[in-house]
Amino acid sequence: MTTAPYLIVIGGSAGGLQPVLHLLPALNTLINAAIVIVLHRPSHYESQLTGLLSARSVLPVKEAPEKEPLLPGVVYIAPADYHLLIEKDHTLSLDASEKVNFSRPSIDVTFSSAALAYRNNMAAILLSGANDDGIEGLIDVHEAGGTTAVQDPATAEVDYMPRHAMEQAPVDIVLQPSEMAAFINEMGGI
Amino acid sequence: MSKNPISEQEVNILLNDVWERYGYDFTEYAPASINRRVNHLFQVDRFPSFAEYRYRIISDPEYAMRFVEEITVNVTEMFRDPSFYQALRTHVLPVLATYPSVRIWHAGCSTGEEVYSVAILLKEAGLLQKSVIYATDINVSVLEKGRKGMFRLSQMQQYSRNYMEAGGREDFSSYYTANYEYAKFRGELGDKIIFSPHNLVTDGSFNEFQLIICRNVLIYFNKKLQDRVLTLFSDSLEQLGFLALGSKETLSFTSVTRKFRQLDNKEKIWRKMQL
Ligand SMILES: C[S@@+](CC[C@H](N)C(=O)[O-])C[C@H]1O[C@@H](n2cnc3c(N)ncnc32)[C@H](O)[C@@H]1O
Repeated sequence: MTTAPYLIVIGGSAGGLQPVLHLLPALNTLINAAIVIVLHRPSHYESQLTGLLSARSVLPVKEAPEKEPLLPGVVYIAPADYHLLIEKDHTLSLDASEKVNFSRPSIDVTFSSAALAYRNNMAAILLSGANDDGIEGLIDVHEAGGTTAVQDPATAEVDYMPRHAMEQAPVDIVLQPSEMAAFINEMGGI
Repeated sequence: MSKNPISEQEVNILLNDVWERYGYDFTEYAPASINRRVNHLFQVDRFPSFAEYRYRIISDPEYAMRFVEEITVNVTEMFRDPSFYQALRTHVLPVLATYPSVRIWHAGCSTGEEVYSVAILLKEAGLLQKSVIYATDINVSVLEKGRKGMFRLSQMQQYSRNYMEAGGREDFSSYYTANYEYAKFRGELGDKIIFSPHNLVTDGSFNEFQLIICRNVLIYFNKKLQDRVLTLFSDSLEQLGFLALGSKETLSFTSVTRKFRQLDNKEKIWRKMQL
């Protein structure tokens, strides 16, 4: 089985769900990339989230399965209460260790491990949010040669996270929610 | 400074050192988590270079133990995933009740919060007196904490909520006495627990059990090691014994799948149908 040659990771906190719901219906089913989404939310939201996203998506949406390969054309959701790490052999690992930036799953943990695994064959998008999770991850993605993007703070329900990211990390592109699907499709070879 | 000053190759060198010199084998762990923690410890302990880090590990056995303890994850809770404990209570304990004596192996028990949770369930089912729980872990310091049966008082509110969500009917605070910052759990719970070191990678089977609980440990292993440890569990279970895993772990697609049947609920509990 060939794993996805390209990876798009998306991280969001408060207000991050809206842009995700907006972009999912417009993804191209032929995309040659895997998509990983890390959203902060209270743990009891769990069961609803994958279903909610699945209903909106043209691509299959799955809660990230432990040690399984990342496949192209699949959207993976980080489960509540675990960190989600990307391995160099393009498989998924879960980790129940301490919270990072008061968060588990932490966006930094996923972004940084993805940067080591996918190097320049990846893009990371940081969405609306009220904390600093994801900023170090963006720096790591950039250092490894990947593409970094943030939601335009003016369109974010909570602009703190994308605004700080623009101040502290090398951001390649600022995206409107309406532009995100096209960006992802393009990165995925469409 | 980069968050990953120690390269993957250097991580592998350290893991080999620890294996050769101290007998702890982490070479089949899932690399991403190990890599993150090896780098984290390097930064916390402020080593100036990889060479200094390596020298310290090789030359200072006490520091090497710190390394072993820090690269493994010990986070745990009482009654974590309440629905799991609910399922143990309603589907597994009634079966265990039919045996003259009950042997349970709790592998990767960390500081013991889960073990005391199970002891409370056994007590409430009237099974504690005829039970023995073997609680094992690779990390000697967490076992020492488990033996004390003292957990942070500040956690008790959360644990009490978990306990009630898991179907607990008693007053949770009757199981411990508050002592400054700690809750000391009742002696009768701890009396039935034997805490002892056991390394799932290198140590073998040591008894036959009716229930093996190993939650959030296999996620740190690669597929091959997961398979080997699951075989160890399978070999250590009696016919019709139960195996309980963490909420994101599974027996599907492993070499022991065909020997087991999952219970008819969403919880991660399997029953051994075939020797
Ligand atoms: C995340 S904790 C899980 C604690 C508890 N079972 C829970 O789910 O809350 C993982 C535990 O596995 C232990 N562990 C890691 N490698 C091990 C090995 N090779 N043999 C035995 N225990 C191991 C660690 O020391 C740690 O205490």
